[in-house]
Amino acid sequence: MPAASIDVARDPHVQYLLRVGDTCLIQAQRLAEWCGHAPVLEEDIALTNIALDLVGQARAVLSRAGRLEGERGGVPHDEDELAFLRDERDFLNLTLTELPRGDFAVTVLRNAALATFFKLLWQRLESSSDPDVAGIAAKAVKEARYHQRHAADWVLRLGGGTDESRQRLQAAVDHLWPYTPELFDADDVDDAAASSGLGPRWAELEAGWRAEIEPLLDEAGVKRPPPRAFRSTGKRGVHSEHMGYILAEMQTLQRSYPGGVW
Amino acid sequence: MSDTQKTEGSARAPTEARGEWPLWEVFVRSKAGLDHKHCGSLHASDAAMAIQMARDVYTRRQEGTSIWVVRSEQIVASDPAEKDAYFDPMADKVYRHPTFYALPKSVDHM
Repeated sequence: MPAASIDVARDPHVQYLLRVGDTCLIQAQRLAEWCGHAPVLEEDIALTNIALDLVGQARAVLSRAGRLEGERGGVPHDEDELAFLRDERDFLNLTLTELPRGDFAVTVLRNAALATFFKLLWQRLESSSDPDVAGIAAKAVKEARYHQRHAADWVLRLGGGTDESRQRLQAAVDHLWPYTPELFDADDVDDAAASSGLGPRWAELEAGWRAEIEPLLDEAGVKRPPPRAFRSTGKRGVHSEHMGYILAEMQTLQRSYPGGVW
Repeated sequence: MSDTQKTEGSARAPTEARGEWPLWEVFVRSKAGLDHKHCGSLHASDAAMAIQMARDVYTRRQEGTSIWVVRSEQIVASDPAEKDAYFDPMADKVYRHPTFYALPKSVDHM
């Protein structure tokens, strides 16, 4: 008898934290796909380290989100219930994270875009009105700084490498960049978090993000595609066709053997 | 100068021919005040990458506060075949240890 899905509180503060935790979790899941497949052993370990950092961040944030559900009058959930027993529509990660891992250029470019974003977000969350969130952010910001350095280093190496590596990096930019405006799309979840002091509106991070990521791409010698009207909507629970497959793989064990532990 | 370059060039050629990055030896200092200790090796295309990879490969369980890397080919080692000639003669030279000598009573507590 497969485990039934849980209902998640429709509270903007919970949703704000789920956006953070789910983006970490799905990004970790994608990076973990490189385990045993990275171009060299050393990089295999590096990518897996980053994935584990992100799992740790996801665990902390999802735990806090689950407790917050209870504090806000809903049913509390633990980190495992939130990770393994939610349906696709209740996951609020950025669409950017759920896209297939692609080649190494797609992976490092996505890492660079997200780590830069997370570094800026964690810096702001260090002064969150929620002391738990502030504590998580203080630890996570150091991890994000390293993730950013690692990814930016590879972006420059691919950009300044061979013709093929530069072409692959350019293809990765063309593929991923249309999904980056979602990071800064404003809505009432942001407004609620900003007014209570839980965290900043993500739109406030856009200028800082551009100031770091655009010079990186320029230095790597790749061009950003022109802006498009397309907007991805993962953080509102409406995902790409890839999301269901990730959840199927990630959740199958807990769904089939409810409460199973190592 | 030209000799050094020549040596480097000829040592590098075989690894690059196999499409592999050069080998680096990694030294990690576990805390301030202690020596850097050799902990292993890794492949990397240059020094910056070697430091970064050493961080991920050798310090992921809190082993380090500082990392050194050096190209493996830059290490000059004694010849293992010369081990007997090099090191065995030291075995019976106990007088080379300070503890061999009897000290006057007044300073013998050293």
